[in-house]
Amino acid sequence: MSQALTAGKLNKYFHEPDEFRVLQDISFSIDKGEFVPIIGKSGCGKSTLLYLLSTLDTDYTGEIIINDEKVTGLSQNELAAFRNEHIGFVFQFHFLLPEFTALENVMLPALKLARWSKDEIEQRALEKLDQLQMGQYARKLSGKLSGGQQQRIAIARALINDPMIIMADEPTGNLDSGNTKLVFDIFSKLAHEKNIAVLTVTHDLDFAKHADRVIEMMDGHIIN
Amino acid sequence: MLVDLLIAQRHLMSNKKQTLVAMLGVTFGIAMFILMISFMIGVNQFMEDTMLSFTPDIHIYNDIKTDYSRSVAADYFKDRHTLVVVKHPKPKQVSLNIKNAAGIIADLEHNRSVTAISPVVGSQVFYNYGPVQVNGYINGVNIAEESRMFDLAAKMVTGVSENLLTTSKGILMGKGLADKLNLSMGDMVSLATPNGTMMRFRVVGIFRIGISAVDNVRSYISLASGQQLLGQDKSYITDINIKLKDNALAAGEAAGLFRKYHYKADDWETANSSVSASNLVRDVLTYVVSITLLIVAGFGIYNIMNMTISNKMKDIAILKAQGFAGKDIVQIFLSQSVFIGLLGALSGLLLGFLLAYGLSKVPFPHNDYVALNFFPVVFFPSHYIFGLLFGLITPFLAGLMPSLKASKIDPVIILRG
Repeated sequence: MSQALTAGKLNKYFHEPDEFRVLQDISFSIDKGEFVPIIGKSGCGKSTLLYLLSTLDTDYTGEIIINDEKVTGLSQNELAAFRNEHIGFVFQFHFLLPEFTALENVMLPALKLARWSKDEIEQRALEKLDQLQMGQYARKLSGKLSGGQQQRIAIARALINDPMIIMADEPTGNLDSGNTKLVFDIFSKLAHEKNIAVLTVTHDLDFAKHADRVIEMMDGHIIN
Repeated sequence: MLVDLLIAQRHLMSNKKQTLVAMLGVTFGIAMFILMISFMIGVNQFMEDTMLSFTPDIHIYNDIKTDYSRSVAADYFKDRHTLVVVKHPKPKQVSLNIKNAAGIIADLEHNRSVTAISPVVGSQVFYNYGPVQVNGYINGVNIAEESRMFDLAAKMVTGVSENLLTTSKGILMGKGLADKLNLSMGDMVSLATPNGTMMRFRVVGIFRIGISAVDNVRSYISLASGQQLLGQDKSYITDINIKLKDNALAAGEAAGLFRKYHYKADDWETANSSVSASNLVRDVLTYVVSITLLIVAGFGIYNIMNMTISNKMKDIAILKAQGFAGKDIVQIFLSQSVFIGLLGALSGLLLGFLLAYGLSKVPFPHNDYVALNFFPVVFFPSHYIFGLLFGLITPFLAGLMPSLKASKIDPVIILRG
């Protein structure tokens, strides 16, 4: 199976308040269709690692290759275009735009990509929402929905451009057990049925237990 | 591009009150600019028109020379290596007429930028009526030419200016002067010149130019009567008034005429430099106040954009994570600012026009010295174009800084919480 993401010798320093090496020579790779949680105690650097891999944080040494393309060293504008096309994001907080309906929130990244016509994008967005059983809320303003519903819309939004990798930072951190289960099922289905790599930082050990492979971190190293 | 504008539009629509307040700042700024400039330029134009109603575009006359550095004695002894000192010389006898006036006029008639030439015999006089003596000025003119120059026909209060042609020894008097002497149509008035000659004239018309400095002292008689009054012959001319096709060129023309004829030639702007100066002051005032208003409006927009951006930090972070580049973020927020400016400028132009139009219909308080019925207001398209331009540039500059700041937000800090 081909690799979705490869990290080579990643090092990251925090300069404030004191010089501190958060990540120490991290190297690993993830295959397409793999669902991989990253676990570890608070402060072990797992979120930091995720933000490096997501290309949002470019202040590091080492090398990151996503989908056979080296993203290390690309300009901010190139990275933005790359994220738009290849990476789907889910965060602990949903980060939906409150002035837009659920449907429009899902459509925005695709409108930016402009690969499809507006009608096609709307069609696709509706399909994604249906997949997540959110079709009936498509025309509602995103601010009016519950936390679990908003998180599902955020996932639909992450999927709109058919990314080959989804990165999630504590996607279930604000959800009850029912919704947590739902998000887990969605992620494992995406990985196994759509062949998308899913990389998620989590505290939730239950969540991690059922995954294909778990990356466990401690003090800036991968220990498992 | 389109998606950026879509987001900008949603931001504006989701906070209509804030958008409206920002817009009103620009609206009032532009409206005041239009009102002020329309009124101020109106006043300037009124002053200029009034000024031109008694000042010719170019006035050629024989200035009294005050050069006492040369003396006849020095000329006489100049070859004899003698030092000549003349103590306290007195001015020599001067005649104030323009020599070869007929030649100059004939020459001016070939000048294509000149539309009217009026030769004048002018002198200080005393107006005597009964025991009253009033000091004033008399102009002997060819009334048809002089009327073309200053549109006297429209300034007549009683009588018509052509009466000068039909009555021998007729006089047209300024309104203020006639009132002072309590003269009315048909009355006889005596004029005494500095040389001591005296002559009686019949009042055949009273005019009012609207400037008391003129109406209180000036009268017109025919050119021939003027020459006769001063005891001079038919070729005696003291002033030549000239009207040009384009009075903006007067300064240059006047200098040319001075070089050509060696008589002092004043253009209307030089003759009325105090009016020109107050015009300039009004112009500067208008622009200073308008620009201040617009800068205040600009700061309003700057504040509101800063506030919007602080409220939208999360949105900006997620947009950047999803692949919106820095220039997209700039576009989203700058287009809001420019839209506010455009809307504000257009409504400001409309409001300004309505206010200016309203002002132009307000009656001016009645006044004997100023011939104005309504407040003077002008409507120049160039003011509106300038206002629109200013209404777009100010919000653009005001929105630029916050937008650039927004584009530099680091999404990681916000997304990590």
